[in-house]
Order: sequence, then C-alpha cells, then structure tokens
Amino acid sequence: MTNSASIGQPLDRVDGPLKVSGAATYAAEHQLDHAPLVGWIVEATIPTGRIKALDTSAAENSAGVVAVLTHRDSPAQTPFGEPDDEGRFTQSRAMLRDDRIRYHGFPVALVIADTLANARHAAGLVEVSYESEPAVTVAGEDADEKPDELDGGLDADVSRGDFERAYGDADVTLDVTYSTPNQAAAAMEPHATIAEYDGEELWVYTSVQLIGPAVQVLANTLNLDPDKIRVLSPYIGGGFGSKLGLHNEAVLACLGAMHLERPVKVVQHRRHVFHNAPHRGNSVQRIRLGASRDGKLQAIGHDSFMPRARDYAFAEPTGASARTTYRTDALLSRHRVKTVDISLIDSCRAPGHSIGSLAFESAIDEMAYRCGQDPVAFRLANMPDKDPSSGKPFSSHDLAECLREGAAKFGWDQRESAPRSHERGRQLVGYGVASTIRINILVKSTTRIRLSDDGSLIAWANMTDIGTGTYTILTQIAADILGLPAGQVQIELGDSAYPASCGSGGSFGAGSSGSALRDACMKLREKLVDIARKQESLKSADFDGARFERGKLVLGDKEVPLTELVRQSGHDYLEVEGKVEPGEEHEKYSQHSYGAQFAEVTVDRDTGEVRVQRMLGVFSAGRILNHKTARSQLLGGMVWGISYALLEELMLDERYGAFVNRDFAEYHLAVNRDIPEVEIHFREQPDSHSNPLGSKGIGELSISGAGAAVANAVYHATGVRVRNFPITLDKLLEHLP
Amino acid sequence: MAELSVNGQQVTLSDDPRTTLLDTLRELPGFTGTKKGCDHGQCGACTVLLDGRRVNACLILAVQCEGCEVTTIEGLGEGDQLHPLQQAFVRHDGFQCGYCTPGQICSAYAMLEEIANGEPSDVTDEDGVRLSRDEIRERMSGNLCRCGAYANIVDAILEAGQREESPS
Amino acid sequence: MKPFDYQRIGAVEEIDADAGERSSFLAGGTNLVDLMKHEIETPERLLDISRLELAQIEDGDQGGLRVGTLVTNTGLASDARVRERWPLLSSALLAGATAQLRNRATTGGNLLQRTRCYYFYDTARPCNKREPGEGCGALAGHNRIHAILGASEQCIATHPSDMAVAMVALDARVRLRAADGSQRELPVEELHRLPGDHPERDTVLQPGELILGVDLPAPPPGRHIYRKVRDRSSYAFALVSVGAILHVADGKVGSVRIAFGGVAHKPWRARKAEQALQGQAATEENFLKAADVELADARGYGGNDFKIPLARRTLVAVLRDAARATEESTP
Ligand SMILES: Cc1cc2nc3c(=O)[nH]c(=O)nc-3n(C[C@H](O)[C@H](O)[C@H](O)COP(=O)(O)OP(=O)(O)OC[C@H]3O[C@@H](n4cnc5c(N)ncnc54)[C@H](O)[C@@H]3O)c2cc1C
Ligand code: SF4
Ligand code: FES
Ligand code: FES
Repeated sequence: MTNSASIGQPLDRVDGPLKVSGAATYAAEHQLDHAPLVGWIVEATIPTGRIKALDTSAAENSAGVVAVLTHRDSPAQTPFGEPDDEGRFTQSRAMLRDDRIRYHGFPVALVIADTLANARHAAGLVEVSYESEPAVTVAGEDADEKPDELDGGLDADVSRGDFERAYGDADVTLDVTYSTPNQAAAAMEPHATIAEYDGEELWVYTSVQLIGPAVQVLANTLNLDPDKIRVLSPYIGGGFGSKLGLHNEAVLACLGAMHLERPVKVVQHRRHVFHNAPHRGNSVQRIRLGASRDGKLQAIGHDSFMPRARDYAFAEPTGASARTTYRTDALLSRHRVKTVDISLIDSCRAPGHSIGSLAFESAIDEMAYRCGQDPVAFRLANMPDKDPSSGKPFSSHDLAECLREGAAKFGWDQRESAPRSHERGRQLVGYGVASTIRINILVKSTTRIRLSDDGSLIAWANMTDIGTGTYTILTQIAADILGLPAGQVQIELGDSAYPASCGSGGSFGAGSSGSALRDACMKLREKLVDIARKQESLKSADFDGARFERGKLVLGDKEVPLTELVRQSGHDYLEVEGKVEPGEEHEKYSQHSYGAQFAEVTVDRDTGEVRVQRMLGVFSAGRILNHKTARSQLLGGMVWGISYALLEELMLDERYGAFVNRDFAEYHLAVNRDIPEVEIHFREQPDSHSNPLGSKGIGELSISGAGAAVANAVYHATGVRVRNFPITLDKLLEHLP
Repeated sequence: MAELSVNGQQVTLSDDPRTTLLDTLRELPGFTGTKKGCDHGQCGACTVLLDGRRVNACLILAVQCEGCEVTTIEGLGEGDQLHPLQQAFVRHDGFQCGYCTPGQICSAYAMLEEIANGEPSDVTDEDGVRLSRDEIRERMSGNLCRCGAYANIVDAILEAGQREESPS
Repeated sequence: MKPFDYQRIGAVEEIDADAGERSSFLAGGTNLVDLMKHEIETPERLLDISRLELAQIEDGDQGGLRVGTLVTNTGLASDARVRERWPLLSSALLAGATAQLRNRATTGGNLLQRTRCYYFYDTARPCNKREPGEGCGALAGHNRIHAILGASEQCIATHPSDMAVAMVALDARVRLRAADGSQRELPVEELHRLPGDHPERDTVLQPGELILGVDLPAPPPGRHIYRKVRDRSSYAFALVSVGAILHVADGKVGSVRIAFGGVAHKPWRARKAEQALQGQAATEENFLKAADVELADARGYGGNDFKIPLARRTLVAVLRDAARATEESTP
C-alpha cells in the first residue's frame, strides 16, 4: 500500500518545519546552562617554519580575556599524524603542541575571552615572529610522487592493454592538458564547536559528517579514553567533505575547555575556514585519446597531477571518470602528487569525479568534434559493456539510455553541429552535453530501533544529516516497512552515544544507513510475527501473507495492532539492532549511478560574459528513496557544476602559501541569478546488487558532469576551448569576434 | 539601558558598542535562528527585517538600532503556525542543510513587499515591476545557498507571492 | 574591533571641531563596520550620523535634484524622479551590491567606500593604502580586479562604487561641511584622488569633513546606459563598468558623457573619449577610435591585462546600444 510516507514518495522533509522556523540548533547555537567562553584563532602568516618569539602579554591584558592558549601551555597531545597506521580522520590533529608551523593559517594561539568582540580584538594583539623555512606552495605538472593509494582505496595507477601502442596506432588522436583550480567547499555554516570538560568527560557540540571518527580523533589527539568523549552533531549547515573529519576549531575548543575546565566555543570566522578547514587541491590533467576514423575509442590516457598536503594522506582520484565511462582497447590512468606546505587538502563533493569529469568530459567533447561526430552520438558509440578499468561487470548500466532520453527531452536535434552557429542578438548561443557517472559505495552501518507500546518507533544511529535528507528518508523506510504513519517515527541522529553508522559522505549515507535500518525493521517484523504466532486467536491466520499496514499486522482477514503485540511481549517496548556491510556484490560488480546532462549557454560577444540559460539532466540512480529530496540533491550538484565551470577559483599567492580571496565577496559561489530553470528526470531502476534497498548514491552524481556540460556549451557557442577552469570572461575575450 | 524590540519583545543591548545586531541576536536564547555565514555582508545568512526592511545584521552595530523594531525568522509565523512562505519553502524543498534558510525566508518576505511597493531591481524593464522568476532570481541574489536550492527557492517564493497577490 | 567611544549625533552642529583624524562617521556601516571588524579602520570615536535629518531627496535649482547624504541606495534608486530623469543613476545603484546592502548603504557612505583589493583586506600582507610604506601586495601578486588607468607603483587599487560612476557622468556635485562648520562644494569627479605617492588617501576630504549631500544638475539629453561587467551575474563588484549618456541627432553625436568604473582609483570620467566623439558620426568605427584614445595610456599588471580590451569593447557596446536607442526615439 502506498501512503505519502512510503519509500520513494516526495515526503516533505521531517526536519523542514524546524529549519524554516529557525528552531534547528546548529553547533554554535547549542545552549548550555552558562554561556561558554569564546575562542578566536590566531593564524600563522607564513607557510612553514617555526615560531621564534611569541608575545601574548598585550592580548592577555586586553579586556575580557581569560586565557591565551599557545604551545607553551596547552594540554598534552599526541604528535600530529599519529598513530600512523590509522586513517586521516582519526590520526592526531595536534595543534598548539610545538613551535612548528605546518601551513599558512595554522593556529599559533587561541585567544579565549568572555565575548566575541573581546576575543577577536585581543587576537590582533598577539605578537608572533617567525623563522621561515623554504616552503613548497604550488604543484603542477611537476608532481612526481606516486601516492600509496587514492581516496576510496583506489590504485594510483591502472593500466589495461598497451596504451602507448594503441594511442600510437590510432587514426585520430588528442593530447590536451586541462587544469582546475583550488576550490573551497564553502559550506554556509562555518566550522564551529562548543567543548565542555569537567576533568573527566569531554562533550563536544560540533558540525561534523562522521561522528565515530570524530570521537576517535579527539581520543587520539588529546590522549583521552574514547568512552569519555561525547560528540553531538544533530544539524549540520552543509559539509561537502570539509566536515568529514573534525577540524581545527574543534581541537582548539577542546584544548581550551580542558585547559580552563570551562566550556569554550570556537566558531571559525569565514576567513579562517579557507585555511583551517580543508579545501580541494588544484589539478593538472593531461588527457590523451586515440580513436579509429569512425569514432571508436581505442586508447584512453589520463595523467593527473595534484598537490598533497604535507603529512596528510589524501590524494584525489581525478582519473575516476576516465577509468570507467567509455569502452577502450587500452587504458592508462596515473596519479602523481607533490607534497606542499599549504593547508589540508581533502575530499570535496564527489572527489575524483567532479573535477575529473570537468576535464575528461571536455576532452571527450573535443574528440567527438575531431572525429567529426555529434557529441551525443560519439558518446553513445563508445558505451562500455564492462568496467574498462577492472574488467568487472557493471551491476547495471544505464548511461546510454540517459543520453538518449536526455537528448530527446532537451531538443538536441535542434542544434547545429558546428560551433558558433547559433546567435540571439549580441549573444552567442551554445549547447553542450556531458555523461555523468559516480561510483556507488556501501559502508558498514548499524542502527537500533525501539517500538513502544504506544505505537511509536524510534531509530538511533550516529548518522548525520548534512542536508541530504537522512532524517526524512529514514523516516520513510521505517514507516514503509512497518506500516506506520510518518508522524509516529522518530529518527535520532548525530550523537556518538548511538550505534555506529556510516556517517555522511561519498553519497553512501542514505543507502548504507537506510539498509541498516531496513534490516532492523525486517528483524522487528519477524519478532512481531513470532509474537503473533503465539496468539490463540491468530492460530488459523494467514501468516504467509503477513503485511504491516496502518500500525497493524495484517494476516488475511485478521489484523492486530502492533501496540498490542508489543504489550503481549511482556515489555514496554521491543528493541532490535540492524546492520549492513558491503559484501560480495560490491566485490563482484562495478557499481555506479548514471546521468546525462545538457546545458544551453549564452556568451556575450562584446564582453565574454557567460550565462547558463537552461539545464536538463536525466539520471539513473537505482531506486529513488524520496523524489523530492533526491531531486534537490541533483539540483544542488548542478549548481556546483555551473559554479565550477564558470566561477570558482581559490587564488593562491605562491609567495605566502596563502589564498588571497578568502571571503565570499571574491570567492565566487553561484548566486540565485546565475541559476536557470533546471529540469530533472529520473530513470528509476532499482539495482539489485547495490544494497537491500536497491538505491544508489545521488548526492554527488550531478556534480560529476554538470560543469563539463556547461563548458562544452561554451565551446559550442564560441568555438573557443578553455582548458583552464573556471571559464571566466577574460579567457574568452580575445577570441571573440 | 538601551533597548530594541525583537519580534515584539524588548531586548537590552550590551554596553559594548562593538556588538553587532547579529551577535546580539545569536547570544539570546530563542533567537539563534538568524545565522552567521560570513560576518561581513557577503552571504545574506544574517538577513533580518529592521523596521520592516531587509538588512544584513552582521554589519549593523546593535546600538544603532536602539528603539528600532527587528523581525527575525522566529517572528514570522503565528505561534506554531508557519508563515505561508515558510510552508512554501518546506513544500518546494527550498533548502537542504537549512543554514541559509532563515535568511532566505526573511529576505523573501521583504522582497515581496518591495515588489508590491513597485521598487525596481537590476532586471526591471520598461514594463515595470512584476513578480517573475527573473525578478526573484535577481532580488534573491543577496542570499547565497551552497546547497544549491536556488531553483526551489524561486518556486517557493513564486507560489507564496502569487497567493498573496490573489488571495482566494 | 578596537574599542571606541560611540556617540550618536543628533544635529550637524554637534560635530565639534576636533572631530578629526581619530574619529569616523558611521552611516549605514556596511563598509565601515566591515573594515572595523578587520581592524583596518580603527577609529577612537565613532560618530553615528545615521539619525541626522539628511535623508531627503528634494527638487533643486534649475531642474536639478538635492540628495541628502543619508538617502539610502534603495531610496535613491527607487525615487520616481531619479528613475525617470536620471536613469543612469538608478541603474548604477541597482547593479551594486544586494537589496539588503542597498537598504542600509547611504549616498555619502557609498561614495567613500574603500577598495576591495584582496591585499588591503588581508592584514597579514603588505599594503601601502593600509600602512603607508609597507609596499603593495597586489603589484606582483593577484591583480585581476585592479586598475588599468591612473595607478602608481605605490597602489593599483580601484574604487568599487557603481553609484559614483553614474554621478561622475552626471556632473554631480558633493556638498561638504568642514569640522569647523564651514561648507564647500566639489564635483564628485574631484572628490576621489589618484593614488600617486599617497594611496592611503582615497579622497580630498579633510579630517572631520562631512558629506551633507549630492546635487544632481538637470540631466543632459540622450539615452542613459549603465553596463556593469562582472564574473557573477549579481552580487559582484564590477570588473569594468561603463556609464554613458549619448545624444545622437542626424547621425551625429550631439552630446556625450562617459565614465568608467572598475578601472581606476576613482570613477574615471572619459573626457578624451567624449572629446573625440563630439560632433562625429555615431558609428562603430568612431566609437572604437574614442575608446582607443581614452585607453591609450592604460596599462595592465598581469592579472588585469584583460581589462583593457574589456573596457574598450564594453564602451563600444554601450555607445552602440545608446546610439540605436536615441536614433529610435528621435523621429
Ligand atoms: C559584499 C558587499 C558587496 C558590495 N557590492 C557593491 C557593488 O557591487 N557596488 C557598489 O557600488 N558597492 C558595493 N558594496 C559597497 C556598498 O555600496 C557600500 O558599503 C555602501 O555604499 C557604504 O555605505 P554606508 O552608508 O554603509 O557607509 P559606511 O560604512 O557607514 O561608511 C563608509 C565610509 O564613509 C564614511 N562616511 C559615511 N557617510 C559619511 C558622510 N556623510 N560624511 C563623511 N563621511 C562619511 C564613513 O566614515 C566610512 O569611512 C558592497 C558591499 C558589500 C559588503
Ligand atoms: S593595490 Fe593598493 S590597496 Fe591593494 S595592496 Fe597595493 S597598496 Fe594596498
Ligand atoms: S553573515 Fe551577514 S551577510 Fe553573511
Ligand atoms: S540550504 Fe544549505 S546553504 Fe542553503
């Protein structure tokens, strides 16, 4: 039976009323009995070296200041990066531990005062002098270290067939180098933490995507017993990877709270966020393609060069798109990094695919033109029948259909194939396409549910909702499986006291935590049926066709309220745990979500200003758990794509290892007026291999192609191929008529 | 003691004149709905109504507002009843993480009045001020949304605005 | 923010003669509070002028308009007279900032807003405008948004205002009151300076001098166009902007006013281009020539080299549009 809360229905967000009325409390808004002290981060102004002298006296004497914490007096910590056999989200994030400066912006002091105004002013009075050491701040094609592995456990290098030979023998070849700039995740809520410590237990109200690792990183950094640490993160104002792990303000707030045994709140100022939280590194991507005269790809080569932050093992798999999107006889994908002394580089929405697709789907477009083929037809002619990088079968493959359906809906056939053939007044008009794929991941997750004798259900998991709709989707899963109204289901997330979950990241949240919840609900159903079986009155009932509807167990023409079953169990409630783990299916199959995206842009022939007029995407991501929130995820990714293609660039000043445009006036995120009407269509095809729900990742899907569709449309409008993103007007100007 | 009124409630100002209107609000239990995204007028998360007009609370010293009326997101609905704009944001999924949302809604509220007053925008042409997608997109460009809910925000405002125009 | 004494001014006369170097006037605060938070501005006394009776727009002499300094950018842009007779000004205002900011921003404050140079805002970097003698971070750094006209080796910053560009093209005059109570008037064009050896001084105002308002003379005939070229379609400062008023009669330029924004330390009145166009045929070729004359001395610093062709192309596009429009409106 379908009700408005069934899986897939566009149920309004259950946390919506709280969010639109300002009642959802984000980290910095958590109310303690007494107002916490306020900390302000003092940043290093050199990229690397040591603190030579530190004078905190003026700051200490400034009004309202309670303490100026520095490496001289901060609580003991484990050295940064230890233990080295753990992952980067749990290794020590020590700071204010010694006089070493790790990067520009690295904290050299935390000023703690009664008010924000006092703390911020006093921070300016801390005097620091440095002994600078030579710093490496830029990485480009000179990156030559081979990382042990890439994010997601992928191999740095993949080679299938004989690339050099296939490339050398190809009729048509392309050898181009693209670059993407440093980019900021720029979640609207700056990283924020309130820490409270009573000498034994540490309570941390913060904004973090992965709660389990957050506990562990604090335990490791601060030498505390993880059982004495409680991390809470019920609402998160966006993360996009930059809040996967805990970042600097969290460690500092804890240090402050431990030092003073008083609650301390540290909210990163927007300028802090650019250096005290991670960013996405710039990339150089050399792409070599070889094809037969009739447009069959024979060789795909992708060489990626990126920076890697010193002592921080993250390398982005920008070759992801090149490895799996198209068929090829030979494939060579390599990743090299260069260690730099700039702030942490980490996952950002769709690591690998997002910036990988910007370059790769642009290069594919170039190749289509070079082969004299229509960009859609060229892509269709090169669909793979198995994963070209692993040789594994796909769990499902729907890219071709997305392309076909998208082209039809977009009106692709109205497009003249030659570049610069459409005009509207002084505007050059262009149409572009890009294939979109994003790897599907399942992560171990557990949950606990409790059905009470009043018929209400609570589910607990240390899962988070970063805006993806977790609260809502989990509500639907439980309501659907147990036949309860949504209003009777309560989802409790964002607390380290709850069962360990996957957390939010890599688009695995809904599928993984949802599958764990599904497992719990199925087990609860069994329990309830078992109880029912013991009922005299139900002896003759039809147990084979047992259904859960309207708060009842329905057995043919008999039904019994779940509340009664709970009571008959002899307890006030029934509790079960559920879990999911990646298994064979994820070993056997190559799993992806798919999409095809189309863009129409105009380019002003006088000024080179590019504006996106229209976008359309057709997506195939397994079973859709909530059409409303799924659509929003895709919409958001398309906005990022537009923003990446045209606007975003963190400008690095090599002299200082610092980003110069560290604010929202000059780091340009797309604004409302930049975003046209967007059409989104689903090809809903549950994937039986992905997880028990049949859903696949969606949060990072559209960003893995949207930007390239825009870039390809700019080329079609102007005949100019800009290979260094973003495509700002200065790069087009000289080529315009 | 200097005071200002927030959603009809008298609030005493800090005696430190450096305190912004935004920090004044965010330090008050029950008024943390107003968000801080940048603290420098660059994101719109702190948008509130000051004597009926939308402003960035982060760039206003609270002392400047002595005797003024401030309306925040908490003051828009009636008790538990959400304001029609708030309802429209929920229905159209005009947000994801929700952090920019109070600012968006306060901004939208004022924007509809500005349109009703005939105040022009950068996209207003000879035909005058009308409620349209283009007008909404330009007029809401002072509210960044990193989750990228823009198209849904426009839908929500358009619906709420049209309802207001033709109450039936 | 550095602690300061706050004083609300009830009447202009309360501003005493020692309101000098160490005090600042606070109007809308959208620029001053921003800079005070970074301690780039550190006044010891903050004189809040926002409640002075200077928020009126009144009809002036000979068809002009008198705009009080506290008239907000929204108020000025929405005023029916301005929209009808000085549409250049209304367009320029509406192209700037956001509704929220324009609701607070005042006329005087907008004129006196400071540069958006990245290095000016980053107190860890050298900047002659912030700290004379420190050096200029932008010169050999990122200077995509910097000046191509009238800069010096000391500073290559631009003035970010849109409104001021329109005012300069409209020959507006600013009314000033010195701390000692005396008054004077200046063309807005002469209010801002070029950086020279003193980039720390944005304008010719004396310490303690108060802007009372701006007078707009009757507008010249012709079509008004303000075109702002920016990276984002909204909520972004101009890379280059052009304000122009062009009157064409019988295919010839009758009168023309041109000002550029985003290209210099001040709103840049393009007098050479105006001269070159006067009486000439309103053709694309002549527009190009005029642009080239004006930009002959333009110079880029790497990141902003593109602004030279951009300024040229934008000016030509604006003149082309304006010419077409005036031709159409004159039978
Ligand atoms: C994110 C952002 C984007 C923006 N985008 C744009 C844009 O695109 N285009 C644009 O033009 N502007 C833009 N602005 C700038 C905005 O227009 C100015 O901040 C505003 O106009 C300043 O006016 P105010 O009244 O708030 O000035 P205040 O901040 O109060 O004052 C600014 C300066 O003027 C002085 N002052 C004010 N009034 C007087 C007076 N009567 N006499 C003497 N001195 C006085 C003050 O002492 C101070 O030094 C933007 C601002 C921000 C924050
Ligand atoms: S350009 Fe001017 S404002 Fe910018 S750093 Fe140089 S001196 Fe300072
Ligand atoms: S917090 Fe005020 S505009 Fe960003
Ligand atoms: S909803 Fe997350 S920033 Fe707008």
